[in-house]
Amino acid sequence: MTENKIIQDLLQSVKLSKGFYAWMTFLTISLFVCLYAYYLQLTTGLGVTGLRDYISWGLYIANFVFFVASSLVGMLISSILGLSGQKWITPIVRIAEIIAVAFAAVAGLVIVSDMGRPEKLANVFLYGRFQSPILWDVTVVTTYVIISLLLFYTPLIPDLTIAYKNRTDLPKWQKGLYKILSLNWVGNLEQVQLQKKAIGILLVLVIPVAMAIHTVTSWLFAVTPRSGWSSTILGPYFVTGAFVTGVASVIIAMYIFQKIYSLKEYIYDIHFDKMGKLLVLVCLIYLYFNINEFLIPGYRMPKHEAAHLHSLFSGSHSIMFWFVQIVGLILPIILLIFKPFRKPFPITLIAIIVFIGAWFKRYLIVISPQEHPFLPIQNVPENFTYYVPTITEIAITIASFVLVLMIISVLSKVFPIIPIHETLTERNKQNEK
Amino acid sequence: MEENYKEPNKKSRRDFLKTLGIVGAAGASGAMALYFGQQYENIKSGKKVKLLTVDNKVVEFEDGKLKEYERQTEELFIRGREGIAGKSWVMVIDLAKCQNARKCITACQSAHQLRPEQYHINTLTMQDSQDTPAYFMPKPCMHCDNPPCVSVCPVDATFKRNDGPVLMDNDRCIGCRFCIAACPYSARIFHWFDPKNAVLFKDMPYDLELNVPQKLGTVTKCLFSADRLRKNELPYCVSNCPNGVYYFGDKNEDAVTNGTTKETVRLSTLLKENAAYRLMEELGQEPRVYYLPPKGRKGTLPEENKNNENHV
Repeated sequence: MTENKIIQDLLQSVKLSKGFYAWMTFLTISLFVCLYAYYLQLTTGLGVTGLRDYISWGLYIANFVFFVASSLVGMLISSILGLSGQKWITPIVRIAEIIAVAFAAVAGLVIVSDMGRPEKLANVFLYGRFQSPILWDVTVVTTYVIISLLLFYTPLIPDLTIAYKNRTDLPKWQKGLYKILSLNWVGNLEQVQLQKKAIGILLVLVIPVAMAIHTVTSWLFAVTPRSGWSSTILGPYFVTGAFVTGVASVIIAMYIFQKIYSLKEYIYDIHFDKMGKLLVLVCLIYLYFNINEFLIPGYRMPKHEAAHLHSLFSGSHSIMFWFVQIVGLILPIILLIFKPFRKPFPITLIAIIVFIGAWFKRYLIVISPQEHPFLPIQNVPENFTYYVPTITEIAITIASFVLVLMIISVLSKVFPIIPIHETLTERNKQNEK
Repeated sequence: MEENYKEPNKKSRRDFLKTLGIVGAAGASGAMALYFGQQYENIKSGKKVKLLTVDNKVVEFEDGKLKEYERQTEELFIRGREGIAGKSWVMVIDLAKCQNARKCITACQSAHQLRPEQYHINTLTMQDSQDTPAYFMPKPCMHCDNPPCVSVCPVDATFKRNDGPVLMDNDRCIGCRFCIAACPYSARIFHWFDPKNAVLFKDMPYDLELNVPQKLGTVTKCLFSADRLRKNELPYCVSNCPNGVYYFGDKNEDAVTNGTTKETVRLSTLLKENAAYRLMEELGQEPRVYYLPPKGRKGTLPEENKNNENHV
């Protein structure tokens, strides 16, 4: 492939097409429909949800945990694989970063939708007490969004100059945007070195921050004296689970982008194959933590934990629990060991199932322990004793997914989805060899 | 005010005020000035009154400076957060006496603007094992000395007072419900909908010690009736119990008073002679509520009670 062809191929997606407008219109309408549900919640109160005094955290918090989890993949792909010298990741780093930015940013909004009085949000900054894990969470999630944005933007700078020079047919605003954001990149030695250094620092910085966001999110549960939550392995349990969700979401995104932006020559079987192996690895680690998390308390069955565990193993949550463990975790591991299942289409299907399983996993982690407090739930209406999300609540949760899709769509459409500069550099290096 | 006396221009100031008073006598502004002028006269004459403050000190005041004091929301906030100096409130619940009359619950709910299903205090039917009969256990907030709810609150909306109670500032609360998640005693509830009779209470100044008016989207909880303690009265639940279940008092004085018989006993003796315990001691939250064991249980055995689904 010539340099020119690569540039043309990778830049052909950036023009805002009719299809893109139609897609965004669809998303916007869906968003507004769902926002009406939020309006209902604001005016009536959180009573429109299925939450009550005993199970007082539900869909929103589970979804928040899931979003934070999904965003961790940016760090896994860019930093852990990138710093260990994996070259095959080049075409998918930006996808991973976009997913990280979108999920982490919307996670912040999801938590606001769970607040009884969002109008008092400023109190967190005015009267914030640093002993509350919520403050830690706000701090690290914000930091992670910023670093992820920088990790998205810094490698993009050279591509913006390339796009500015090579696409003359773009509307004025888009060219202007490229010009401003490219910061006069010409690609001289000084700029290249500066950029390399900046990316290097960011790649190292993002590792502890990413570990922190999900560890702290797990601490929201682990610090409470409740059976089912107060577990010492909750931190690593959440982090390893996050990689499963993240890798699955990148595989799904890879497949979609490869199809709609016709990137078959850049994202192809080998990438799906490698991602498949990565998914097996992270699933195995997560399975190991699952065994620890359930087998040990299940073996001892202490009184209060028993009610919670029974509901998972054989009670009201058992179908969901075994679906998550077997279909969402064990089956994918077995299937993905075989090469044919790591082909683009089958692996995408498997990734979708893993993704759904991971979402329900968060649901179980958040809801089940609350249904079994230390003291019996008595003298309250029946709907206080269990939790079923309402339509309003589901609509607000869908709104958060729509927002994530909107951010991913805009970032992947306005900017080249595969790093052009890095692809060219890689190619030149290979040619030299 | 001392400094004002020594001001060299006091003469002219006084004249000015007098003049202002005469000129403006017809108008509202003039009336104001007259008032200040009068006050100034009194200060000058040195007329003083003696007053007893809330912390038992006699102080002297210039007569003109005094006016009847109306407590503002702001002040209620400050004193509500500080607590009553020198006190250390504790509660003792004698489970042997509880017959599930639920008078404590209704008294509490009507004082705190709560609906029938909203409990600051809830009497539970406890079934510890299959072989022991059930017993009734009133369960208020434990007002822990190591409260997990206070630790996790991100905005200092719930706080531990010097005199013991864990209170709730619903003006500060953002409604994140982390405290509900953190409380092992399920002592906290949330206003999922508009509180009961919200319209009636709308314009009342917010009293932190009563937590009324209650607000939509905030957490509420048992307050040890801090407003009653301020007036030297027993909490609503304690004084409304017909069966003598509750003792309430000051740990520093080592004395608790029974809400029904009004008999005051020594706390340490009561705890010692009745094998008192605290709920879920092993969690280390250091509750301020003591229980006396449920001897002579009124409840039934589980076999006789199979239809009751509430037992967990």
